[in-house]
Amino acid sequence: MKEVSFGQYYPVSSFVHKVDPRLKIIFLIAYITAIFLASNFYGLAACALVLVLVVIFSKVPVLKVLRAVRGVTILILFTAVLNIFFYRGEGEPYFQWTIFAVYREGLLFSAFLVTRLVLLVMLSSMLTYTTTPVSLTDGLESLLTPLKWIRFPVHALALIMSLALRMIPILSDELDRIKSAQMARGADFESGNPFKRIKAIVPVLIPLLISAFRRADELGEAMEARCYMGDKKRTKYKKLHFTWRDLVAFFVIAALVTGVVLLRVYLGGIL
Amino acid sequence: MTILAEHLSYVYNEGSPFAAKALDDVSLTIEEGEFFGIIGHTGSGKSTFVKHLNGLIRLPSSQKHYRRPKAKKGRPAPVEPVLKVGEYDLSDRNADFYGLRRRVGMVFQYPEAQLFAETVFDDVAFGLKNFEKKKNDADLEEAVKAAIEVVGLDYAAVKDASPFDLSGGQKRRAAIAGVIVTHPEILVLDEPAAGLDPLGKREIMDLLHRLHGDWCKTVIIVSHDMDEIAENCTRVAVFSEGKLVCALPPKELFLKAEELKALGLDIPLTAKLRLALKERGIDLDCDFTVDSFVRAVLAKRGEGQ
Repeated sequence: MKEVSFGQYYPVSSFVHKVDPRLKIIFLIAYITAIFLASNFYGLAACALVLVLVVIFSKVPVLKVLRAVRGVTILILFTAVLNIFFYRGEGEPYFQWTIFAVYREGLLFSAFLVTRLVLLVMLSSMLTYTTTPVSLTDGLESLLTPLKWIRFPVHALALIMSLALRMIPILSDELDRIKSAQMARGADFESGNPFKRIKAIVPVLIPLLISAFRRADELGEAMEARCYMGDKKRTKYKKLHFTWRDLVAFFVIAALVTGVVLLRVYLGGIL
Repeated sequence: MTILAEHLSYVYNEGSPFAAKALDDVSLTIEEGEFFGIIGHTGSGKSTFVKHLNGLIRLPSSQKHYRRPKAKKGRPAPVEPVLKVGEYDLSDRNADFYGLRRRVGMVFQYPEAQLFAETVFDDVAFGLKNFEKKKNDADLEEAVKAAIEVVGLDYAAVKDASPFDLSGGQKRRAAIAGVIVTHPEILVLDEPAAGLDPLGKREIMDLLHRLHGDWCKTVIIVSHDMDEIAENCTRVAVFSEGKLVCALPPKELFLKAEELKALGLDIPLTAKLRLALKERGIDLDCDFTVDSFVRAVLAKRGEGQ
């Protein structure tokens, strides 16, 4: 009953949720390109505007989107601090102590990098918030189709991915059960030194592995019993179709990339 | 140890779109010495209730008053949940959960999934080593031997065998041995006989009767098998949609065939036979064990002659 979901998918119905997953993946790639093409704060402002639009039309709570940044806090802080203290600008530093020096350019550059990172992380998280893992794999499979020409097993790869995703909630349930059972027998996963804690995982890991192998075996047999052949031409239960929403999304991203390029050409760098 | 639960509620994934109410204001007392049954539909909250009993699911701490919803006008003030197992007050965040788990043994559904060690001996000894760290080898061996023998396995034959080489029923009994080895006062079993053949089922139920009394004072089983419940339990709690419907001895419970059917539950074969006889104008008075049913039938026949 518990944990119907895993990962971050936020289950509401919205404009962004309904956009074709393939387009969402392309949107993300184009967005990342735009972020790195942006050479000044105006360009980043344009990217931020698009992010705000995406969040508004996805109905995902703003707090959840902000929370996505939490995971990379250390990376962001590290980048900021490094750039503030080691960027060598022209003119007088605001502050100097041995090899550390704070210049105006350093502050600007570090703010620029941090904004870039934050935008990047937030839009990537929007993809996983609004797309179920299953449609994400579907989208990837469809986008990777050209690789079939060089005999790359795209279908098998997609099958492996979707099976792996399918198994995550089952195994996490199983993990929960085994952990509870061993805790009821006095296993202690929280205290002791790291070495002890690693040792404490063994009674959970072994049963989990055994059950994972058993499940894989059973699944393989069930698929074979139904004469599953991966390399045959297969049809899809849910076909992906482009709709007006995808057209809107396409124009938004095209406008963003063009806008950022124009801003770069006409306004130059941040400094 | 007596189990006292009052106004117990639990919500999975609280505050998320997947929130699911698993327990809703459950109040229930289980006395020491009972062979208690818990029945209910899948997802009725049975397992969630049972997991509370040894602190695997904890109550929202009673010290965190600031997080509780304030009483609103026109609505009754929220009631504090209470859960006491013997002297352990589980609404206390700092309760000795470790000590509690030693005294409340928990056998989960398909317990053979928890086997992990290289030999049956090591697996059974796992709980004992966790709870009694300073036990010397001789005592340890004696306790493990007693546990393996009480579940009906041949100690000499299985102690050095891999638990994965045992048969299905043997695996389950080895897993139960791993729980009862610490002599818990309360033994909770979630579907102990699920997936076993009729012989295996009977062996498990016999085992539970062997354990009940001397080894574990109180036995609580969660089950779907009404015959098993009617035959063994002193009292039965019925759960539905997170709520406790009633807690009655089987003798009274299985008279309510219609209500149980409405909850999606079955009745034992003896109760079905009693209903069929009733339709034909024969009213039997029995407590729904096979033995008492046969007695009642024979008594009726005696009257008829």
